[in-house]
Parts: sequence; C-alpha cells; structure tokens
Amino acid sequence: MHLDHSTTPYPHRHTHSATPALRPNGKRRALRIGLGGPVGTGKTATVAALCRALRDDLSIAVVTNDIYTREDAEFLLRNAVLPPERITAVETGACPHTAIRDDISANLEAIEDLEETIEDPLDLILVESGGDNLTATFSKGLVDAQIFVIDVAGGDDIPRKGGPGITGADLLVVNKTDLAPYVGVDLDGMARDAKAQRGDLPVAFTSLAAEGGVAPVRDWVRERLAAWRRT
Amino acid sequence: MTTVDATALASLLVLADGRFPAGGHAHSGGAEAAVAAGRIRDAADLEEFCRGRLHTAGLTAAALAAAAAAGADPLLLDEAADARTPSPALRATARRLGRQLMRAARAAWPSPALDALAAARPRGAHQPVVLGVTARAAGLGAGAAAYAAGYEAIGGPATAVVRLLGLDPFEATGVLARLAPELDAVASRAAVAGERVVEEGADVLPAASAPLLDVMAEVHGGWAVRLFAS
Ligand SMILES: Nc1nc2c(ncn2[C@@H]2O[C@H](COP(=O)(O)OP(=O)(O)OP(=O)(O)O)[C@@H](O)[C@H]2O)c(=O)[nH]1
Ligand SMILES: [Mg+2]
Repeated sequence: MHLDHSTTPYPHRHTHSATPALRPNGKRRALRIGLGGPVGTGKTATVAALCRALRDDLSIAVVTNDIYTREDAEFLLRNAVLPPERITAVETGACPHTAIRDDISANLEAIEDLEETIEDPLDLILVESGGDNLTATFSKGLVDAQIFVIDVAGGDDIPRKGGPGITGADLLVVNKTDLAPYVGVDLDGMARDAKAQRGDLPVAFTSLAAEGGVAPVRDWVRERLAAWRRT
Repeated sequence: MTTVDATALASLLVLADGRFPAGGHAHSGGAEAAVAAGRIRDAADLEEFCRGRLHTAGLTAAALAAAAAAGADPLLLDEAADARTPSPALRATARRLGRQLMRAARAAWPSPALDALAAARPRGAHQPVVLGVTARAAGLGAGAAAYAAGYEAIGGPATAVVRLLGLDPFEATGVLARLAPELDAVASRAAVAGERVVEEGADVLPAASAPLLDVMAEVHGGWAVRLFAS
C-alpha cells in the first residue's frame, strides 16, 4: 500500500479466531471447537463422549458436516447425547473441507440458528467435520480452536507425515490406543514424532473404548473454556 | 441492447468467482437428481441440461438480480421470486442461499441497502434478489448482475457434475465456454427486463420455468443419502 494512500486502512483484528466474540444481542457467544481428522478415527465418538462428560455443567450444541449422509447427526441423536434441537447437520456438497475452511457460510448459519433457538445461552458448540484428508483444517472464521483426531489403526507413521492438521491443530488426539497391541503400533514413537511436528502444542492419547477415556480431551476443553471466559 | 459498463468490472469478477464464499458449493442446481435419473451421463447431456436451466430458471433469476441492481424494491422482488418458484424445496434453497450470500456480501461490500434487506428478511431473501442488491452495493449495474446470476445457473451444475460423474473438468469447462454466447443473450434480455421493473413494476419480469427441475427438486429434497443439498 502506498504511504499516501487515502482510503480507510484495514480494520485491525484483535483476535485470530472466529469473530466477533459478542452476539448481536450483546451477550458473549459460545466457544466453538472444531473436530477434524481422517475417516473413522473417532471424531463422533469423541463428540459423544464430550457431550456426556460435560452436559451436566455446560450448555452444549453440536454441528456435524457429513459427506453425503446424516450419519454423524443420527448417531448422536440415536444415542441421545443431547436433545435433538441441539444437534444440526450441515450438507457439504461432497466436500467437508470446503464447508469448514473455504466457504464456511452454511456452518456459520447453523451456529447462528442454534444460538438463536436454544433457550439457555450456549457455552460450547462442537463442530465435527466429516472424515477428510490430512490437510483439512478449520477456518479461524468458524472455530476458536480445533482438535485433530487420528487413530493408531491408521498406522504409526501418520504423526511423522505431518500436514496442517497434525502440525497446527490446537490439540492432537491419538485415539484407539486400546488397539495398539493388535496393529503393532509403537505409541512412544508416535508421541516422539508428534512432539517433533508440534513442538509445545499438546497431544492426547485416548481410548474411548474405556470408561472415562475422553478425560484428557474433556480437561483440555475445560481449560479452553476457562481461557475463553477470561478474554 | 443493454451492455455491461466495462470500466467497473473488477467487482463482477469477485462476485461471480466460484470461490466467492456464499454456500453455493454444496448445491448442484438440480444436477444430482438429473444424474441419478440417468438424464446426465456425459458432457453432451450436461450441455443440454445447462442450456435448459439457463433459458428458464437462469433467465428468471438473472432478471430478478438485474431489477434489484437497477434499484427496484427488493421486498417486492422477493415476492415476485416466490411467485416464480412453485417448488417449496427450491424456495427454501433460494432463501437459504440468499441468507448465505448476504453474509459474504456484507463483509465484502458493506452497505445500508444490504443491512436493510438482512433486517427485513433475517431468514434470507431469494438469492437472486440478494445477488442484485449485492451487485448494486459493489457498484455494478443491472447488466453485470444479470451476468452473475446467469453464470451461476450453469456454473453450479457443471462443477457438481465433475464431482458426481468424475466428468473430465476440461470438458465441463468447454460446455460453459460453448454456452457463453447464449449467456450473453440471456443476460442482455434479463437486464432490459430488470431495468423496466423500476418504472413498470415486477410484472414485466420473465417467469420462465422448468417444471422437471421443480419436480425433481421436490424428489431430491426427500433423499436420505445425497452429496448435494439441492
Ligand atoms: N477400539 C476402539 N474403537 C473406537 C474408539 N473410538 C471410536 N471407535 C470406533 O471407531 C469407529 C469410528 O468411530 P467414529 O466416531 O464414527 O469415527 P469418525 O471419525 O466420526 O468417523 P467419520 O465421521 O466417518 O469420519 C466406531 O465403530 C467407533 O465405535 C476407541 O478408542 N477404540
Ligand atoms: Mg463422524
């Protein structure tokens, strides 16, 4: 831009996540957390476990982005992890990564509708992406933080391969640790590779097959929520 | 003949870009239902499908957009759009896409006219109407708005069919290029009608429709498993 440029300069952004922090009615909006990762790694299972672990203390809603069905939404409904009015399915035109990154309008609309229709103010909105590839990440215009879920069954070289989800997600979850002995996976090696890719960003190893297996993710969500409320 | 003001076209490129984030990527413009029914199997079928859509739903949408860009009352046009959209599924789709376009439009070209329409139709006005008001906010005229709406009418299905059939993307783009002269004609006709609306009211708008698109949209709306929302 020229120094003598006379038009209005760019408005400064004070945060680097989904803005604005207030809803049109002046109330603080819910914290939005995205869950992405390859197909079948346990995103929906994580969402379901989080809802069960947090729903007594928090007002929660979920947006799912299925590829061509409503399976994720229907799984959550069938298992009654939340009342039906708190679960919305967004259609993605065969491209979940487009709907969560390049053109987030349908997701924002779903969130807006949830914020408007749920009686008690929402604390937390979980946005699940349909299973996609290692490069699929959420737009900062859609979520405040994102969790990337991989599993041990996909092989222990996934953390080493990296990609934006592995390297940049606010939390990397390595799920299905209960299966490690059966697929010959070296969990310590996965932890080392993840550390090399992510530096100080956190990694959680989980087995949702076990009772209370979602605890590390639940605790991380609670921390994010506490930090969000302080801002 | 109405022409597009060639000195202010950059905004049109932004608005008509397939990457403009207004929700269109999740919609096939009826192509998914047509593919499933065996009516689109190759590039030649796609061309016929797009031609039909351009001269019917495309012309009607383009004229609505042109009228809004020319300064006609958007709420009046919204009613006219309802009257020209017999399928409830397509009305819902048009309003949903209008609402999504509104979000992107207000970020790209903030304007009191967009704010007023958003306030009057919080659940969304018909997409072509929002498109026209957006074009006006971007400094574009009726002709440019008509082009954007007309192009969308064929660009959406072409992209969708590439995904649905694995159709060669070069062939799909060739289809769009071959339809360009017809889009010129449709946009021109739509722009003339749209400009007349300001003086003569919404009755001068074309009401071309494609009954099979309407019927198939209703059927598609009931599918449990589909790639596209419409
Ligand atoms: N053994 C084991 N199975 C798990 C675990 N977590 C999830 N699963 C199973 O893995 C399968 C896939 O889980 P989902 O939660 O549907 O995976 P997803 O990532 O949501 O899948 P998509 O949305 O289709 O990409 C289901 O059968 C789950 O029951 C785990 O920790 N251990
Ligand atoms: Mg899932």
